[in-house]
Amino acid sequence: MDVILFLIFAAIAVVCGLNVVIQSHPISSAISLIGVMGALAVLYLLLGAEFLAAAQVIVYAGAVMVLFVFVIMLLNAGAEIRHGRSLIAQVLGIPLLFTFLGLMLYFVQHMLPGTPDVHFGGFKHGTALDVGRALFTQYLLPFEVVSVLILIAILGAVVLAQKEME
Amino acid sequence: MPGVPLSWYLILSAVLFSLGVAGFLLRRNVITVFMSIELMLNGVNLSFIAFSYQWKQVNGHIFSFFVMVVAAAEAAVGLAIILTVFKNRSTLNIDEVSSLKD
Amino acid sequence: MNFFLLSLIKAVVVAFVLLTTLAYLQWVERKVIAHIQVRIGPSRVGPHGLMQPLADVIKLITKEDLIPPYVNKFLYLAAPFFAVTMALISISVIPFGGPIHIFGDNTWMQLADLNIGVLFILAVSSVSVYGIALAGWASNNKYSLMGGLRSSAQMISYELPLSMAIAAPLLLANTLSLRHIVEHQEGFYLGFIPHWSIFQTPMPQIFSFILFLIAAFAETNRIPFDLPEAENELVAGYHTEYSSMKFAAFFMAEYSNMVTVCAMTTTLFLGGWLPLWPATAGSNFVPAIVFLLAGAIALYHGLNPVRRRDGFTLPVVAVVFFVLAAVFLIPALQGALLPLFWFAAKTGTLLFVFIWIRGTLPRFRYDQLMAFAWKFMFPVAVLNLLVTGLMVALFS
Repeated sequence: MDVILFLIFAAIAVVCGLNVVIQSHPISSAISLIGVMGALAVLYLLLGAEFLAAAQVIVYAGAVMVLFVFVIMLLNAGAEIRHGRSLIAQVLGIPLLFTFLGLMLYFVQHMLPGTPDVHFGGFKHGTALDVGRALFTQYLLPFEVVSVLILIAILGAVVLAQKEME
Repeated sequence: MPGVPLSWYLILSAVLFSLGVAGFLLRRNVITVFMSIELMLNGVNLSFIAFSYQWKQVNGHIFSFFVMVVAAAEAAVGLAIILTVFKNRSTLNIDEVSSLKD
Repeated sequence: MNFFLLSLIKAVVVAFVLLTTLAYLQWVERKVIAHIQVRIGPSRVGPHGLMQPLADVIKLITKEDLIPPYVNKFLYLAAPFFAVTMALISISVIPFGGPIHIFGDNTWMQLADLNIGVLFILAVSSVSVYGIALAGWASNNKYSLMGGLRSSAQMISYELPLSMAIAAPLLLANTLSLRHIVEHQEGFYLGFIPHWSIFQTPMPQIFSFILFLIAAFAETNRIPFDLPEAENELVAGYHTEYSSMKFAAFFMAEYSNMVTVCAMTTTLFLGGWLPLWPATAGSNFVPAIVFLLAGAIALYHGLNPVRRRDGFTLPVVAVVFFVLAAVFLIPALQGALLPLFWFAAKTGTLLFVFIWIRGTLPRFRYDQLMAFAWKFMFPVAVLNLLVTGLMVALFS
């Protein structure tokens, strides 16, 4: 059952990821990216990260991607027109990508022979309680710093996107 | 019942990351490039959480949480920058924003 | 019994009840608003207009299903489907009642008790913004786009005070699971004040309740926050280009969101399926008394000699109410029915408040709406959370 669920949602994630890169209209890429994030949220649940799965859907798929979709709709970005691509990119691009990927897969498989199998329910400490405890005791300083970072980001976004003073 | 080997999760993370890299290098629309960056970040998050399962610690989740927060802040500022560039150049093609090039 | 079979039965029952409730919620809304506006409302299709929802469904199904040629077909067809799916999924974590014992299995009157039930509801409401934004954009129409963008911006702006208002009673209940939140509200102070969140020490959650209710109005696009779909301002906003079943899908999604939000308020603040005063003081007879009273009123009005033509609807309704009152007195069924009655009564009262406010208040202008969210609701919600946290830290 775990294997079937993993395969289904991993397939959805890869297909949607391919779609992000291949589609010519940005809105289709955005919707595919939402699909990737949803599939990843299910995979996080399979790995026992229930708070992170909820946070992924609330923050990433529900807020960040809404921002992307808004910008695409406001700018009315049309489909991308492909012109003059360099020959090197077209000839060497896909084989190099597969080489890069193959190297990474080889290293992953080679360096991690003794990893445990992932069973649903094998890791019970991903609850909001545990994440919250770690976040507010051991990682309190990064938490506060990240709040300041968000404040800076809000200020930056407001300043950049406001109407120009006449 | 056999579980899923952890390396499969890492392989999926690697695949998503390389798809993100491919999108970043090959696409010309700046919003799609930005979305490929988000795809890369998601791949990395999966990797963090998979390792957190392996070591049975919650620290991977915390790292992943911070990556999400930073990605959200970066998306906000990045999209504001894209809006400003569009206002000034009326184009979303990164090849055409090249007036500093000689 | 097999877990899957039990879950399937529960899902079918909940889906059936929810869809019937949605249809008749629209009837109730039209009748209540009509009486607020001193008119009668639907009264021709069936006795007292009770068949009006059926007539509406038939009309919407048989209407010509037109897909304009200039729309983005995939998104145009996917958006209402997505909106309805998200709206119906969020019902699955709401606890309707306590433990029941059916077919030899002990189970709960809830489809799925997630550890992160509250976060699930927040996640589904975050993602349901897409149904509206994509509907507005896919219609290739300026009014739809403006309505869709305004509605989505309103929904994501009011998600912040909503989440902060939810976080305060969670500090008291110490859990994210909706069933445990309701169980935390069991018991009575001084023997008669229920231990609901809005009455709990160290900090009664009255402000959170009011904030949550206001944010809920904005999340479900109801008056006074319904400018994005106002007919006289935006040519019906994001569902301008939709016809027949897809239009019905958006309405179903809106009413379903309303029901979910009222159920969440009941669960978080009003004690879910717990009674208003202890069973030892006789609260087990409340449903029977309520239905008897309702039946008596219906009978009195029904036997009024002024009604010559329609002389049997109200007496029939009265008989139905008397039968229901008798059903609520059967001890064997009381264990399952009483919590349901209290939950339905509280949720129904909140839905009536939603409908009442629709008939009473004017709508906000869009910039007033957004300023209200960011400049008033969000600081007040943060302040409320801080004060609640302070009281919890000091007194427990």
